[in-house]
Amino acid sequence: MTHEVWTAKLDAYLDGELESSELAKLDSHLRECPACAAEGLRRLQWKKAIQSAAAQRYGADPGLRERLQKKISRDKPVRHWWPAYAVTMAILLLLGGIAILREGSRRERNNRVVSELVDLHVSALASSTPVDMISSDRHTVKPWFAGRIPFTFDLPELQGSPFELVGGRISYLEQSPGAELIFRVRKHQISVFIFQERALPGRLPNMGPTDARSFHLETWTHNNLRYFVIGDAAREDIQALSNLLKSQV
Amino acid sequence: MSFEQLAMPLFHRLYNFAHWLTQNRDEAEDLVQETYAKALKGFSSFEQGTNFKAWMFRILRNTFLNSRTGLKAATVPLDPAEEDPALPAETQTPETILIDRASREIMQAAIEELPVAYREVLLLCEVEEMSYQEIATAVAIPIGTVMSRLSRARGLLRQTVASKLQLRSAP
Repeated sequence: MTHEVWTAKLDAYLDGELESSELAKLDSHLRECPACAAEGLRRLQWKKAIQSAAAQRYGADPGLRERLQKKISRDKPVRHWWPAYAVTMAILLLLGGIAILREGSRRERNNRVVSELVDLHVSALASSTPVDMISSDRHTVKPWFAGRIPFTFDLPELQGSPFELVGGRISYLEQSPGAELIFRVRKHQISVFIFQERALPGRLPNMGPTDARSFHLETWTHNNLRYFVIGDAAREDIQALSNLLKSQV
Repeated sequence: MSFEQLAMPLFHRLYNFAHWLTQNRDEAEDLVQETYAKALKGFSSFEQGTNFKAWMFRILRNTFLNSRTGLKAATVPLDPAEEDPALPAETQTPETILIDRASREIMQAAIEELPVAYREVLLLCEVEEMSYQEIATAVAIPIGTVMSRLSRARGLLRQTVASKLQLRSAP
């Protein structure tokens, strides 16, 4: 590079505005090139000369400072309350709007999940093979899921209850694998879905017996697992089976 | 921090800059007073945490440009090449080191002769030691223009000082 290319960068260098990569290159050049180093020194002295000539060149009348000081003390800026109030109200309205939207979105998400579960329950019942694993023995059904789903769960003792275990199958909710267990009570079949809570969209609320598209549903979470009990059996049956499962977990 | 705590330490700097711009004591006093009055009034709109010094200098400079002297100064045409950021820097710096009183007076006279657009960026850089970004904020021009004006101001200053020194040394 010619001297001109280097000296063109000297002012930015002395102003502290050269980028670090260029700074290192110019630094190293100045160590090796006496001509550029001398020009750099001249410019530095020039900067000092400008500072010396221009800084504090003009001194103000002390009375002016005093007058200004008094005026500022007297006319302290008053921050009007209304812009702050308006901003606060706008923020509150915005937060309110966000809360409403979030609530709407949360409700929509819950409805979607419930609707999907109803579909899963109905399609399982409509299937010629509603369960992949047919057994009324919980000690047979539970191990069948081992290795097929990424979690384990316990099943309650049904002896003395009106419920009968029909079997189990793998189910998917929001593309996450889970267990679907089918129980029978009188002539009704009830599906119990178990999924990992973290695999589900958002955080679902625990719900007591709820109506969902003419089915009854109950859901809760325990130990990072989300349980859904759904069926066309009576509300009391849904609740009773839910209580049995809860007592087990 | 209150307006007073932020603004009063800048008083002497603002006055010096105002005097450099106006070249007149009374006008400089008026300019500083008006600057403080405007800044006080607009302080509620000042965004805390941003550059207060650049903000104050910007108010002063805009107030100056709207004054009679400022309007007159702004009509001085600049070199059209001044917007070119790739302007080559002057390589010839006078050898004389301006340390004696007479030389300082020459330097002061040369700065006074600079068009306002060059004088202001030079003073903000050399006296106020503002970064190019701060100068861009205070003068409301792009950084590239700050660099080209600074380069042009330095070049003109070197030329003017060199010719004045030559005149002084002439028999």
